[in-house]
Amino acid sequence: MTDRPAVRCRGLVKRYADVVAVAGLDLEVRRGECFGLLGPNGAGKTTTIEILEGLTPADAGEVEVLGERWGRGRDRALRGRLGIQLQETQLNDKLSVEETVRLFRSFADRGRTIDEVLALVELDAKRRSWVGKLSGGQKQRLALACALVGQPDLLFLDEPTTGLDPQSRRQLWDLLASYRAGGGTILMTTHYMDEAETLCDRVAIVDRGKVIALDTPRALISSLGAEHVVEFAVADGATLDQAALAALPGVGEARLEDGAWSLATPEVHLAVPALLAHLSAQGAALSHLTTHSATLEDVFVALTGRHLRDA
Amino acid sequence: MRDRGGAHPPLVELTLARLREFVREPEALFWVFVFPILMACALGVAFRARGDEPVVVGVIGRSGAPLVTAILQRTPGVTVRTLGADEIARALQRAEVQVVVEPGTPPVYHLDPTRAESRLARRIVDDLLQRAAGRVDAFAAREAPTEAIGSRYIDWLLPGLLGMNIMSTGLWGLGFSIVHARTRKLLKRLIASPMRRRDYLLAQLFGRLVFLGIEVGALLLFGHVAFGVPLRGSIALVLGTCLVGAVAFGGLGLLVASRARTIEAVSGLLNLVMLPMWVLSGVFFSASNFPAPMQPFIQALPLTALNDALRAVMLEGDGLSAVAHELGLLAGWGLASFAVALRIFRWR
Repeated sequence: MTDRPAVRCRGLVKRYADVVAVAGLDLEVRRGECFGLLGPNGAGKTTTIEILEGLTPADAGEVEVLGERWGRGRDRALRGRLGIQLQETQLNDKLSVEETVRLFRSFADRGRTIDEVLALVELDAKRRSWVGKLSGGQKQRLALACALVGQPDLLFLDEPTTGLDPQSRRQLWDLLASYRAGGGTILMTTHYMDEAETLCDRVAIVDRGKVIALDTPRALISSLGAEHVVEFAVADGATLDQAALAALPGVGEARLEDGAWSLATPEVHLAVPALLAHLSAQGAALSHLTTHSATLEDVFVALTGRHLRDA
Repeated sequence: MRDRGGAHPPLVELTLARLREFVREPEALFWVFVFPILMACALGVAFRARGDEPVVVGVIGRSGAPLVTAILQRTPGVTVRTLGADEIARALQRAEVQVVVEPGTPPVYHLDPTRAESRLARRIVDDLLQRAAGRVDAFAAREAPTEAIGSRYIDWLLPGLLGMNIMSTGLWGLGFSIVHARTRKLLKRLIASPMRRRDYLLAQLFGRLVFLGIEVGALLLFGHVAFGVPLRGSIALVLGTCLVGAVAFGGLGLLVASRARTIEAVSGLLNLVMLPMWVLSGVFFSASNFPAPMQPFIQALPLTALNDALRAVMLEGDGLSAVAHELGLLAGWGLASFAVALRIFRWR
């Protein structure tokens, strides 16, 4: 039983009018791991996770969550083992933090005490505050508290840190790490690559309703064949030869997008001097130059030719 | 006993949440408690007993006018205003006078025959002038004045206001809070939890019933203190009738709110449901004013049943068996609406 995956789905399809939101998606989330669905807005992440949560019926495909299927008369028991945080839920503004947690705790047949949950998400000091008076980070922590009250085996999180300041995000990440330490499984969606890299053991990159890559963040990044990315632009729109750039020492791949070049490079200390020499030989002047460590964003760009943020 | 980590059973927690949401919304308190009292007050004053209202008679200022004025003014309760011949139509139109006497032999009475008080004033004026001219009454009848508490308009109106209030707070209260929760995706969040759907809908209904005693009590007490509206039947039966009525309209509120996605949509639906009952169910005027072919439909409406039952108990002192039919009809509305709402409810 325990070696069966926490979540498994095959050939998931969901259409809305003339839009195909999910186009034949397969996933398998192992017990105890944190699994991320990474993709741009509109990639089908939310639809997928809501199908897995049993909130949206799929048009086709099979779903198995903690060894159960939705709609077989055991939905309530299954829900008791899940913790769900939806995107953009607004809890009741007129209830206090404690009243809200108490309400959600009353639905569960097992779990932590209200005090324990409030301590866990560090909202004890705010227990009497109305939900409407909380900051964005506090609201997200309260939403997480409502998902955690029943001590779930599996936690579904849809964009848990969207719109939060860096400190609140880090606080939430710590909370999720402590949930994992207790043996919990997480399936989350995000469009933040740093979040996926920090939290997730494995990441599925989703685009246009399909999984286009699936591996550990490290393996996905190293599949680029490059640890670093050099981005530059030249003044006056001077034209450069892509093949010549790709052939420079230390450069793996060269790509031109909207007048900006990016070079995937395993050895940035070789690539940059070679690039500068090449440009001066061509008589082209740099207008912009940056380098950064390769990220999942670069993986997404390499796979789709588009950026996560504007895809 | 299940482990709930210090929380009450879900139905209790959901009902408490509903009550807290309600009392923390001052506007809602106004509509539920203050508005019906203001309404009863305004209507009670507007339709108070008019027995001692003066009869205002216009007299055209020409020869003979001083004599006519003197005759009329001798009578208590008659006020005379002297008018120019060109002012007759306007004074009647504005109801400044109820009848205008044009002195002469014989005199001419100007009146608006479509207005009851105008016709009454004409008879009073005619009697006075005929007697002054020498007519002798065949006999002088003795008057035995009795004020019939329970048959005044305010007595008839108050149970109707009570029924209307139970309808509006049930429908608006539930309709708005549910659609609000739906637009905020709170309903979706709730069904993502192990909550039973039935518990949520029941809690909305129970939340309504908790304040019913205060709401009904305030209006009854006000009617009794301010206007002396009688309560001839048992108070327990009045409250019981209100409770069954609140269940009926709570169920209807759930049904109306079961699919609507926006506040605008639910407002339209609520008006569509309530407007016919405001007009047809005998709140401000009797439902028997409508033609017989409409009566089966009117009698089947829940507000008609509630108003009829409340009037029977409050004004006629009827017992349970006399209003059992109405109570059954109300309970039927409540149960059927609840059952349908639970089936078709949109949670997301």
